[in-house]
Amino acid sequence: MKNLFLGMMLIVVALSTQAQEKKNKNAKYTIMVNGNCEQCQRRIQKAAFSVDGVKTANWSIETHKLDVTINEEKTSVVEVKKAVAKVGHDAGEVRATKEDYDNLHSCCKYEREEPAK
Amino acid sequence: MMKKQISILLLTLLCSVSSYSQDTLQEVKVQSKNKGLQKSSKITANTTLLTSKELLKAACCNLAESFETNPSIDVNFSDALTGTKQIKMLGLTSPYLMITEENIPSVRGASQAYGLSFTPGTWVESIQITKGAGSVVNGYESISGQINTELLKPANDIPFFLNAYGSTDSRFELNTHFNTKISDKWASSLFVHGNTRIAKNDMNDDDFLDNPLAKQINVLNRWQYTDAQKGWVGFVNFRYMNDEKQTGEIDFDPKKDKGTTNFWGSEINTERFNVSTKIGYVFPEMPYQSFGFQNAFDSHDQDSYFGLNQYNIKQSSYYSNLIFNSIINNTMNKFATGLNFTYDKYQEFVNVTDYSRIDNSVGAFFEYTFDNTSNFSFIAGGRIDNHNRLGTFITPRLHIRYNPWGKGVLRASAGRGKRSANIFAENQPLFASSRAFDILDTNGKIYGLDAEIAWNYGLSFNQGFSLFGKNSDVGIDFYKTDFKNQVVVDLYTAPAIPGTHQALFYNLNGKSYANSLQLDFNVELMKHLDLRTAYKYYDIQTDYLSGRSERPLQAKHRFFGNLAYETHIVDKGKQWKFDFTYNWMGEQKLPETASNPVEDRLSEYSPSYSLMNAQVTRTFSSTFEVYVGGENIGNYKQEKAILGSENPFGPTFDASIAYAPVFGQMYYAGLRFKIK
Repeated sequence: MKNLFLGMMLIVVALSTQAQEKKNKNAKYTIMVNGNCEQCQRRIQKAAFSVDGVKTANWSIETHKLDVTINEEKTSVVEVKKAVAKVGHDAGEVRATKEDYDNLHSCCKYEREEPAK
Repeated sequence: MMKKQISILLLTLLCSVSSYSQDTLQEVKVQSKNKGLQKSSKITANTTLLTSKELLKAACCNLAESFETNPSIDVNFSDALTGTKQIKMLGLTSPYLMITEENIPSVRGASQAYGLSFTPGTWVESIQITKGAGSVVNGYESISGQINTELLKPANDIPFFLNAYGSTDSRFELNTHFNTKISDKWASSLFVHGNTRIAKNDMNDDDFLDNPLAKQINVLNRWQYTDAQKGWVGFVNFRYMNDEKQTGEIDFDPKKDKGTTNFWGSEINTERFNVSTKIGYVFPEMPYQSFGFQNAFDSHDQDSYFGLNQYNIKQSSYYSNLIFNSIINNTMNKFATGLNFTYDKYQEFVNVTDYSRIDNSVGAFFEYTFDNTSNFSFIAGGRIDNHNRLGTFITPRLHIRYNPWGKGVLRASAGRGKRSANIFAENQPLFASSRAFDILDTNGKIYGLDAEIAWNYGLSFNQGFSLFGKNSDVGIDFYKTDFKNQVVVDLYTAPAIPGTHQALFYNLNGKSYANSLQLDFNVELMKHLDLRTAYKYYDIQTDYLSGRSERPLQAKHRFFGNLAYETHIVDKGKQWKFDFTYNWMGEQKLPETASNPVEDRLSEYSPSYSLMNAQVTRTFSSTFEVYVGGENIGNYKQEKAILGSENPFGPTFDASIAYAPVFGQMYYAGLRFKIK
């Protein structure tokens, strides 16, 4: 009897913990993305929108901040950073590869520190 | 069934700056910092924003006079008696425009003729002017454009504002605005406006008043509720207006001569009452998703007579619009959808004929906007409406914008509009003539006539560039309006009995189109010195019974120029502002007068002429400024403003043919005082 009771308590706890982990369908994140001109804005925003689950994406030339709203049931902020890095812009801690950076238009080639070896 | 559609489930505010209900509630405030006339290369439709800075450049006593410094809208006098200013866009008169106030249709039906003079200029925060077929969200009636006026909002208004104005044509105006923030959520404003013209002016010695004796009192009380955390915004407005005009012969005395042939006179008395509400809700954490619910109840009562012609119209209207805005996947794909209901009860009497009727309609709309956030966007919208007189019909609209390179914008639009022509309310100036009215068709549902249907197509290109280091832009736009049906107002076809005149109304049999071309060139000549110029060409033809012809009182060529200069703002806000506007009108075709005796005959075309306006404003501080100005400084007056003025009850009398100002030069002065 006692075991049964303990078992039921465990199930209740397990279920309630799951309920607390409900995904945010409108999670807001700000990612620092390096870039220079208006062309960059288009490329960065387009890259962010290409990720399914990104609802809004706004990059400011002055502050270098990319504000996104994402549906965490469909994607995560890491996916967004990877998509932006793929087109040549360092996004947060995710860095663009040398080839992608070299593909950027000259006005977009922002200053970047060499990655630590 | 209609009540169900109105039922309040969810609420959202349509507090948008643009005429498309896509903006969020956060965008309540309109920045008027830089330019008076703002054109953005990011907006899909061909929309220009007039901010309060632009409205201060001219006397702007009421909404009808707010377009003097803007080339997209032509302003002229509707007749030689009432001093009413009429606006035209793309060569078509205001009945073909959708005029809304805070996105609720305002000037329509009975108020079509004088409605723009019922909103004082100081109440206006900004005006959005859209050329071509507009958005489907507000309705199906717009054919050549949309004009939306935003009024000052209580939540961001100053505590007190006073404007006093006087002019040499003996017109005096007083505007007082009071505002109070009742709590962090509630704010209220009270605007009181009064104007009067007390002296009789007859500058051209034809024994007729050049502009009417008038009195108007106009009161608006607004309440605004804002709860930004929860996402609710609401407005309630109460409005009352009483306007009286008397015009006609200078010796006319209404008490003795009304209804007689002693002297010819006219009185137009209008009383209006309006209650409107707007409720909006923005979903928390989702600024792109919102609901809006607008309701407006309007009562308009006009009692008037023009000589022996009596015209009384009373209109009660109810308008309701429920809109839902959201996105599909992301903000590159937005949409707006909703339901709309309108009801109009007209009690209309022309002399002894009763044209009373009830109109109602119910409709649903859907509008999708795609914006790739850089160089391409389009808006595709459609609506389906069921109207008791217009039947069931679909209204499609499309707007496309493409930025081919930096500072270049290419726009295209196409759309359909349908409306019922309120032939008497829209052509009131014709009552002030000897014309006999005749409606030739009897099978239609609107005075025996059919609905007006037109398609509008437009293409425009604007390029910004640097000229000697200064900002300039050049633009070209071309619009074509093609009427599938139109109620033709025929002032050309001579009646069977020579020497008499008539106004015929009939359904279009043939073609009627309006092509307009506008070339703009704007340049910042020096710091704080801006030049705006525009050339307009109109080719407007209609098939009348007597053959294809240009429409009357429409110039083929027009030229506009505006020069604005302001000094640096020095300590405590001292500044000088100078404004000069030049308009050149080409010749206009006039209604048929060949059968009149020679002294009452006009040539087939009017002469071309120029008009000049100027204003100087001296700002003493951020709370006090004084302005003086002149309109029609060149003192150009129309010769023979009123035909048959010696015998106003005879067959040649016509006060409706106004191709130029009647009054001549007018000078004015005023002051504006604020408490912040």
